[in-house]
Amino acid sequence: MDWMKYKKIYFAFSGLLSAIGLFSLIKWGLILGVDFKGGTIAEYAFEESISTEEMTAKLEDVGIDVASVQSTGEMQYIIRMAPIDEGGKEKLKTVLEEMTKGVGGEELRFETVGPSIGPELVKKTFYAIFIASFGILLWVAYQFRSLKFGTSAILAMFHDTFNLVGLFALFGYLFNAETDFLFVTAVLTTLSFSVHDTIVVYDRIRESQKRYGGTLYDLANKAITETMVRSLNNSFTIIFMLVALVLLGGSTIKWFAVALFVGTILGTYSSPFVAVPLLVTLDEVSKKLHLKK
Amino acid sequence: MFTPLRKVILIFFLTLIAGYISLPKEVSLFGKKFIRRDINISYGRIIIQRNFDLVLGLDLAGGSHLVFEADVSKIDESERKDAITALKEVIERRVNLFGISEPNVQSSSFEGKERIIVELPGIKDTKEAIGLIGQTAELIFAEIGTQEEPDFFKPTNLTGADLKKASVTFDTQTGKPVVQLVFSQEGGEKFADLTEKNVDKPLPILLDGSPVSSPVVQEKITGGSAIITGEFSLQEAKNLSIQLNAGALPIPVKLVEQRTVGASLGAESIEKSVRAGLVGLGMVLLFMFLIYGKLGLVANFALIVFGVITLALYKLIPVVLTLPGIAGFLLSVGMAVDSNILIFERLKEERGKRQLIDALEVSFGRAWDSIRDANIATLVTAFVLANPLDFSFLHTSGPVRGFAITLSLGILISLFTGIVVSRNLLRVFIREGKR
Repeated sequence: MDWMKYKKIYFAFSGLLSAIGLFSLIKWGLILGVDFKGGTIAEYAFEESISTEEMTAKLEDVGIDVASVQSTGEMQYIIRMAPIDEGGKEKLKTVLEEMTKGVGGEELRFETVGPSIGPELVKKTFYAIFIASFGILLWVAYQFRSLKFGTSAILAMFHDTFNLVGLFALFGYLFNAETDFLFVTAVLTTLSFSVHDTIVVYDRIRESQKRYGGTLYDLANKAITETMVRSLNNSFTIIFMLVALVLLGGSTIKWFAVALFVGTILGTYSSPFVAVPLLVTLDEVSKKLHLKK
Repeated sequence: MFTPLRKVILIFFLTLIAGYISLPKEVSLFGKKFIRRDINISYGRIIIQRNFDLVLGLDLAGGSHLVFEADVSKIDESERKDAITALKEVIERRVNLFGISEPNVQSSSFEGKERIIVELPGIKDTKEAIGLIGQTAELIFAEIGTQEEPDFFKPTNLTGADLKKASVTFDTQTGKPVVQLVFSQEGGEKFADLTEKNVDKPLPILLDGSPVSSPVVQEKITGGSAIITGEFSLQEAKNLSIQLNAGALPIPVKLVEQRTVGASLGAESIEKSVRAGLVGLGMVLLFMFLIYGKLGLVANFALIVFGVITLALYKLIPVVLTLPGIAGFLLSVGMAVDSNILIFERLKEERGKRQLIDALEVSFGRAWDSIRDANIATLVTAFVLANPLDFSFLHTSGPVRGFAITLSLGILISLFTGIVVSRNLLRVFIREGKR
């Protein structure tokens, strides 16, 4: 099948996706969790239902800067607020006891992150992305004896991570999805999965090149045809695991699983429809440059 | 060389052993309770003891994760490292004296910010722990200033460093808890001099700069011991004695991050992830069978071997399992069948060209290049995230690391099960089928 004939369509689709992502990022941005901007999250289980409005009002009366109070299931509530210290926590407990006639609630979790942690996290993540990308670029360039392969694999990888981040800005706007520490992990996993999948296609190109030769354009078409079923089947198995996690895994890792899910789909899509077309385009461009010389 | 059949038998035994290790502590089977034993062998002087329980992280078992930032602004760049090491040691001593089982104290340094991370399993009431760890607890005996400045405290050279031991006792008159100090040889001499100089005057004891008690000296004290009476509760007195015994913090610290998870939320997370994992696994097994038929069954068997070996390794290494770690494991289950899918798809192509047995070998050979190259790329990322060399500019703790460790372990094991296990199984089945 002549997959490469529709190169422009794939690029247009990726362009559109990236445009949506960029628009969402600029217009709404990401909803940053406490990991990034600092703050306190406390989750409690009570013996009875509680009015979230009343709780917000009472907490604000004692000077706690409440961002939101959210019910997460049967008589469980998550309170998000500006960072509070031990004194603030005492006040919080007093208010909760008042509201439950002295019973109080069971503290399921309590997280306070100071404002200095977030920027550090972002920096470390960028270092991690940089080092991992560089390592992968070297590995791919070495294995395929070509910087073209490496470059287009890395570009496809950035395509996936950028679109994942962009889509999360959209999800944030639509469904209040928060960006936290786990999201960072999902982004980094997408990074590796994207390359993993691309290499399988590249490998087929390399093998056919050795045995049959021919233009990169034809080799690319052949390789995509040969790996398409495998790509889809492999993605299905991963998607099964992730869908189960999204639906049954509980609220703590729901958005993490969603992020991995989106990353898997992007990673699968980008191998034949971004990395390979890019490779073919790079090859054509470099040949034209050679001819001009 | 081992024949494929022998290899299959070896794999079978390996799986049995791994399966045994990965069993939970108690299994109910047909109403009977079966208890998995841990290794406890003693042969002469050699004693092998190993328990096969999963090590759960704080987010699953419940507990507190506290991060303190050290104020190093007053410390020279060259002395920082030693000061942080000393700080970590003092905090470790305090936590140990407090009696928490298996605490974990580590330091982290990033762009001039020095932090101490303290993990306290099972501790939910963090208020006390934070007070205990976070207070500098610098004890100084002071003299009262001159007539003109009676409120002025003049610190002496007698400090918490001159103590041999601190302990909690009760005041014989009031019955209130007090902290008894026993000085070292040198400290006792200093104390004797000090009391001699200050007869009939108060001798305030300062803790972190503010007076906790101010006894009036009756006469020179040579016994080398003193008592701090203050308005302590029993717990406060205990904490103070722990702090004095462990020593003052060489650098003041402040709490910058706190994460506490109750045991019930952790148990809920485990239950939900296990259920999600089983459902996902079931779908993968079914899918493989529907698509690849008998071959799929072999892949499914290899996948189960993968799961069992992975769990056993988690227990043996041991890997501290966290919620993101479980997610990493589940993801690696999804990825583990990839090598089999690659091989089976290859087999479909090669079947047209040659005999089944040859086609099988060729498929394994050709697919291996893809599998190796692709998995090495994933491993590169996983290694950067897991940061096994503890580079300070990368993540040194937390969920990212937990996830990366289980993911990389999963990839390594899947290479083994995807290639060695399914290859030999297929060889045996196909050859036996021929006969």
